[in-house]
Amino acid sequence: MWRFIALRTLQAIPVIFVVLTVTFFLVRAAPGGPFDDEKAVSPQVQAALEAQYRLDLPMHEQYFAYLADLFRGDMGPSFNYPGRSVDELIFQGLPITAELGFYAMLVAIIIGVLAGVIASLRPNTAQDYVPMSLAMVGICMPSFLLGPLLVLVFGIWLDWLPVSGWGSSHGDKVLPSITLGAMYAAYIARLSRSGMLDVLSQDYLRTARAKGLPERVVIIKHALRAGLLPVISYLGPAFAGLLSGSFVVETIFQIPGLGRFYVQAAFNRDYTMILGTTTFLATLIVVFNLLSDFLAAWLNPRLRYQFSKGGK
Amino acid sequence: MIKMTRNFPRTWRAALGLPVLALLVACGGSEDSGGSGGLSRVEQGNRDGVLHFGNGIEPEGLDPHIVTGVSENKIVSALFEGLVSKSPETLEPVPGVAESWEISDDGMRYTFNLREDSLWSNGDTVTAHDFVWSWMRLLTPELGAQYNYNLFPVENAERYANGEIKDFNLVGVKALDDFTLLVQLNSPTPYFLQLLDHYSTFPVHRPTIEEFGTISDRLSPWARPGNLVGNGPFTLTEWQINSHLRVEKNPDYWDADRVRLNAVMFYPTENLVTEDRMYRDGQLHYTNEILLDRIPGYRADRPEEVSIEPWLGSYFYMFNTNRAPFDDVRVRKALAMVIDRELLVDSILQGIVEPSYSLVPPDTLGYFPPKTFSYDPDQARQLLAEAGYPDGEGFPAFDVLYNTHEDHRRLAVALQQMWASELNIPAQLVNQEWKVYLENQDNMNYDVSRRGWIGDYVDPNTFLDMYVTDGGNNKTGFSDPRYDEIILNEAPRTLDRDARYELYREAETLLMESMSILPIYTYSTKHLIHPSAHGLTPNIMDYTNLRYVWLEPEVAAE
Repeated sequence: MWRFIALRTLQAIPVIFVVLTVTFFLVRAAPGGPFDDEKAVSPQVQAALEAQYRLDLPMHEQYFAYLADLFRGDMGPSFNYPGRSVDELIFQGLPITAELGFYAMLVAIIIGVLAGVIASLRPNTAQDYVPMSLAMVGICMPSFLLGPLLVLVFGIWLDWLPVSGWGSSHGDKVLPSITLGAMYAAYIARLSRSGMLDVLSQDYLRTARAKGLPERVVIIKHALRAGLLPVISYLGPAFAGLLSGSFVVETIFQIPGLGRFYVQAAFNRDYTMILGTTTFLATLIVVFNLLSDFLAAWLNPRLRYQFSKGGK
Repeated sequence: MIKMTRNFPRTWRAALGLPVLALLVACGGSEDSGGSGGLSRVEQGNRDGVLHFGNGIEPEGLDPHIVTGVSENKIVSALFEGLVSKSPETLEPVPGVAESWEISDDGMRYTFNLREDSLWSNGDTVTAHDFVWSWMRLLTPELGAQYNYNLFPVENAERYANGEIKDFNLVGVKALDDFTLLVQLNSPTPYFLQLLDHYSTFPVHRPTIEEFGTISDRLSPWARPGNLVGNGPFTLTEWQINSHLRVEKNPDYWDADRVRLNAVMFYPTENLVTEDRMYRDGQLHYTNEILLDRIPGYRADRPEEVSIEPWLGSYFYMFNTNRAPFDDVRVRKALAMVIDRELLVDSILQGIVEPSYSLVPPDTLGYFPPKTFSYDPDQARQLLAEAGYPDGEGFPAFDVLYNTHEDHRRLAVALQQMWASELNIPAQLVNQEWKVYLENQDNMNYDVSRRGWIGDYVDPNTFLDMYVTDGGNNKTGFSDPRYDEIILNEAPRTLDRDARYELYREAETLLMESMSILPIYTYSTKHLIHPSAHGLTPNIMDYTNLRYVWLEPEVAAE
């Protein structure tokens, strides 16, 4: 197991490094620069600005200087917010996005697993079709449509919940969490349905029923454990996706999270911010994938065995 | 199987309550209880004297010498004050830190008498030396202040900013004593006082800046809550990026007795749909914008809350006059004369803007631009024929460049239609992301391109000086020696306003006769203003001085 973990971790490091390097050169190749504005900037001012951000150095020197800073844990100053560092902005947005992602995940798991399990118990009946059709709608409905719809109904017509904000008024976390979680709930519903269907026809469940166990115990204790395996391996990438994909929801609900920095940075050509957020999220995605690999290996001894035999 | 269906629903019914429960628990920890239920944020604000202000895009910073945007302007003007201020009604200069000033007869020497009771928010007195040091900072080449040219009318300021001279004593600004500031100009610049209410010329607190960095340090954290020391009617207390920024009344401000708000909350409201919802949900007193398609609805339902006013900005297209066929003035005129601006304004723009036939918006502090042409498709066709393209025959396909935005697209489509139906010429629409679009404009890599310009100060010069030969903002190739002579030499030396405006009209006529730009309309500002908010006087600059704003909740209760 330790060998497996070490190997996978070693494989992950070059991935992050490649993402970082490609991003560094790609953003500089993009047309337009951080100081381009509707009002022309005089050559003297342009030169001074470039000097303040080391853009006057040759490209490879900029790259190595950036790497050197990064190893010291400094992601550089933001171009767009003078006086603030990229680290600071990322760590300001991260807890909020993580909290949003956590609630969204909660919504996704609870609704998704319930819907999937219910559907799987009576396949090809109304009990299956209704939740699965809803799941299909959930997958297809983009959050920029679902969010405003929820706001219109619960925020403006019924006036139950605030239409925007995060932690500034009572209940303002509910709608964003549901909006962000809905799509993942739909995926999870489909995954858990198919997982459960596979399991429900297995012999050991028939044995469990034959023992005279109540159906509730059969489903929850025996079927769920194996039936939800696909869901578990999906959770890692899903959570990374929640963190990096919350931009739309953050914009709709005025949430000061990480996703907005990520997207705004690209439009502003905020080089250091693009690099910082991209590298950070890439690391996050790699780490979550690793974790779900480890989890899957732990649950499925065959995988572990393969690796301990030399990865063949 | 039968047994299961009976048992299972109970489990999932209980479980269904979980997410709701979890979320309610999670949200229980929030501090104030605005939102649903009790009082809305606006109602609560009316009680506490807190204005909730939709402020467009997130401010990039609060350092007056570094920021460049409109959203920063509103906040910086609450935190700092320049030598002069503006009357929101007339836009004419009124005393700020300077109690009074004298201008020499030749218009080149200004003596400012500073009030002795203007204080920094840490208790220090604002002195003439603060202004000298602040202006030196703005002009320090290494700082890279984009708006340093606002002080270029000052003697030797431009040379200092370009690094030609190193001795700031040669620059025409001197503190005669703590409360007397002498400013010597290169030439009588009749709009100079207007520049002194631009944030780039505001004073900054030297000890604070030097505590956190050097005079040329762009990246120092001095302009943040807890660090920032200002001299305006409000002080900075909170700033969470992408969430809100709070300023509170400064009790030490010299005119604090007349400041009626206790605090202002600025919200970034980049997303217009969100801003609209926030307003309707009672979270904002003031919106930065109104969605174009919501205007008819608001005008019908709550006309008293809709504030649509002319703005000092022009929306136009420009021609690349170095490229065929747009190097021919007849072609440019033909394209301009088939645009039915009245129709565009009424159909696409909800009738809220004014059709425009010139660059400078009308009534810029008493200036009215010339009208050199009108909608005339027949003459346009004739001009196009004279240029060698009878009925559009042989006219090459050309690109119409605009930055990606639905409003720009709609207008570009209409232009494309008008050109095709009236002149039979093929325009292709090209939309580009903002920075790409800017770069192509800068390199003059376009045929016809959308452009917008918002004035920095109320004077025709803020528009007309774009088009001097090889000016950084010209981007059209327009060049006319007489035009340059007026803008660079004659107008700045003409003290009489009417005579100067006459010169500007001559220059603008030259520009429009060449039709290097194709005017479309003059911008309007669009705000929703809650009936309880008063003193947000509309004016052509969209200038808001929060010092004069107050809230009267009684009105809201009606």
